[in-house]
Amino acid sequence: MGETTATMKITYREALKQSIRDALHQDERAFLLGEDVGRYGGAFAVSKGLLKEFGPDRIMDVPLSESGFVGAGIGAAVGGMRPIVEVMTINFGLLAFDQIANNAATLLHMSGGQINVPVVIRMGCGIGRQLAAQHSHSWEPLFAHIPGLKVVSVGTHEDARSMLLAALKEPDPVILFEYTAMLNLEGETSTDFQPVDLTHAKIRRVGKDVSIITYGAGVYKSLQAAEALAQAGIGAEVVDLRVLRPLDDKTVMASVSKTHRALIVEEAWQSVSISSEVSARITEQCFYELDAPVRRLGGVEVPIPYPKHLEDGSIPQQEQIVSATKKLLQHD
Amino acid sequence: MIEFRMPSLGADMEAGFLREWKVKPGDLVKRGDIIAEIETQKGIIDIEVFDEGIVGELMIAVDEKVPVGTLMTHILSAEEATADILPAQRKVETKKMAPATAIKQREEEISIQATAHHLRASPLAKKVAAEKGIDLSKITGSGPDGAIIREDVEKAVTDLIAPGPPTEKTAADNIRMAVAAAMSKSNREVPHYYLQSRVDMSHALSWLAETNKQKSVKDRLLPVVLLIKATAKALIDVPDMNAWWDNGLQRKKDIHIGFVVSLRTGGIIVPGIHDAGKKSLDELMKTLNDIIPRARTLRLKSSELADSTITVTNLGEGAVESIFGIIYPPQVALVGFGGITEEPWAENGMLAVRSVLHISLAADHRATDGNTGSQFLAAIKKHLMQPEQL
Repeated sequence: MGETTATMKITYREALKQSIRDALHQDERAFLLGEDVGRYGGAFAVSKGLLKEFGPDRIMDVPLSESGFVGAGIGAAVGGMRPIVEVMTINFGLLAFDQIANNAATLLHMSGGQINVPVVIRMGCGIGRQLAAQHSHSWEPLFAHIPGLKVVSVGTHEDARSMLLAALKEPDPVILFEYTAMLNLEGETSTDFQPVDLTHAKIRRVGKDVSIITYGAGVYKSLQAAEALAQAGIGAEVVDLRVLRPLDDKTVMASVSKTHRALIVEEAWQSVSISSEVSARITEQCFYELDAPVRRLGGVEVPIPYPKHLEDGSIPQQEQIVSATKKLLQHD
Repeated sequence: MIEFRMPSLGADMEAGFLREWKVKPGDLVKRGDIIAEIETQKGIIDIEVFDEGIVGELMIAVDEKVPVGTLMTHILSAEEATADILPAQRKVETKKMAPATAIKQREEEISIQATAHHLRASPLAKKVAAEKGIDLSKITGSGPDGAIIREDVEKAVTDLIAPGPPTEKTAADNIRMAVAAAMSKSNREVPHYYLQSRVDMSHALSWLAETNKQKSVKDRLLPVVLLIKATAKALIDVPDMNAWWDNGLQRKKDIHIGFVVSLRTGGIIVPGIHDAGKKSLDELMKTLNDIIPRARTLRLKSSELADSTITVTNLGEGAVESIFGIIYPPQVALVGFGGITEEPWAENGMLAVRSVLHISLAADHRATDGNTGSQFLAAIKKHLMQPEQL
């Protein structure tokens, strides 16, 4: 990062689109398939204009059958292609859950290591667009539960621009979560963008007093909270997990061993979640570094409400991250 | 009735151990009498009393640890003594507590014991405590629900380094640690500035030689008394240097010069020379002859350790020219005298060889500025140039 100084402003949506374009240019085996990705330009306009650029063989509209087209993507991957499957939102992803959990995740094992499934399944997810209880979900934990999958979360513009390209290099299925509430968000990325890996969590801000461990839509909120905490003299380190399966224990433990305090922030319902897992691992691996109990800040355990104020209230916001951190540090 | 409390024998002292009572209840004491011996890091210190009266009940047992400020006994007037001297009577009174109060007190004791049973400490605090050999049960926690956190343990470690009980360690170790704590604190908190000057001591030394000729060998003066007296007189000229910094500059009325004595076992001790400005050179010499051997054997009086208003250090016996010292808080200045050596000296366009003394000043920039420091050094020089008036 040091020597690349030129940056540009780009929306999260545009970054995702450019990553698909690059993927299709770099690898002729790559193609995009999903509901309305072609003529309509994608339900969230991520693939707008790509049909014209790449043609219907590579930007493929599919029937409204998640089980069907995700299964087709898995089959294409087994057949040597590099399919990018777009599932409009994660709630529809449940209709393809059998294909993902029972086929994509297991074929390598069932074939005795003979059959890799290099499919990338992109899913829009997250809370905050007033889409109510059936279309507002943070189900990353459901997928991160399954061995055989690599599960990654796009929490920043940098990853929006580059994570897909890294995912396509994986020999095994990758579930890539994108956050629909962030699509219009502008951010700075380097014009000469760097490839990213799919193995490491990333320290997004360095701090000495407390580790705020988060992913997805929690990253920018935590960074803003860290900025506010800095005003109060608290040095919060923000760890973006990025890869939810397999978790990068090393980065997390190094951070907690430095700050001795951890707050885990996620939008998913708190019970049986990514934060549950991270908290357990911290206790298992660096118990003697802890100077305070691990704290978690997760989604309120209710179906996501439609009214804006209730929806906002159902997930952690910047102010709560600030106050939870202060409480953890006995700073209130 | 006057309360006699454990005195502080230095800004860095928090407690000492009572080793011996030199009085018993009913004894008549007067100002300056030694009433107890307290063991501190600086050795066994005789504790003086500052009032006249009759000693009341002794409230501290021998070998007990006594935090500074603890009530040790009362100094009573004659009437009070006759009414109050019988401690037995008072004990009966305290036992006549209403049963309800007594039960409540007992319950409180039990509940405290119950909670104390389970020790709340963070894993990190426990780890650090184990590494440093700290007993967690002696620490008060500041974390959630009173849990002990790392910070509490680290504080306990520093507290231990500062005044801890002089049990297994040697006196030299303790003095080393006390010096370490005081100097670290000073270097951390006090913004020092340093000034240096030279003075031609030729006249002062020849005056001293003449004066000594008329004295018996044991009464002869050493150059150091001139330095101490000149410092004391300069403090009268520049009173801002005779002060403590305690939320602001607090000028001190009396001039008590702390004189650094190096111990053969290592470490330093700084006994105070009381009212140095009012003492004649002969009296100062007598005081030094009394105080230095006692300092070296760690037998000083409490008042000699607590109230110095400035420190003088003299490394003249070695090859040192100048000393850039660290102030002993809450004092605001330290004067360093180097050795007196022959140096080329330019004066009136001529070069000569003179006996030259380097004087340096370390001063607290919160309390004074370079200009004040410069006036102070100039005053010391002036007085050293006129030894007959010292």
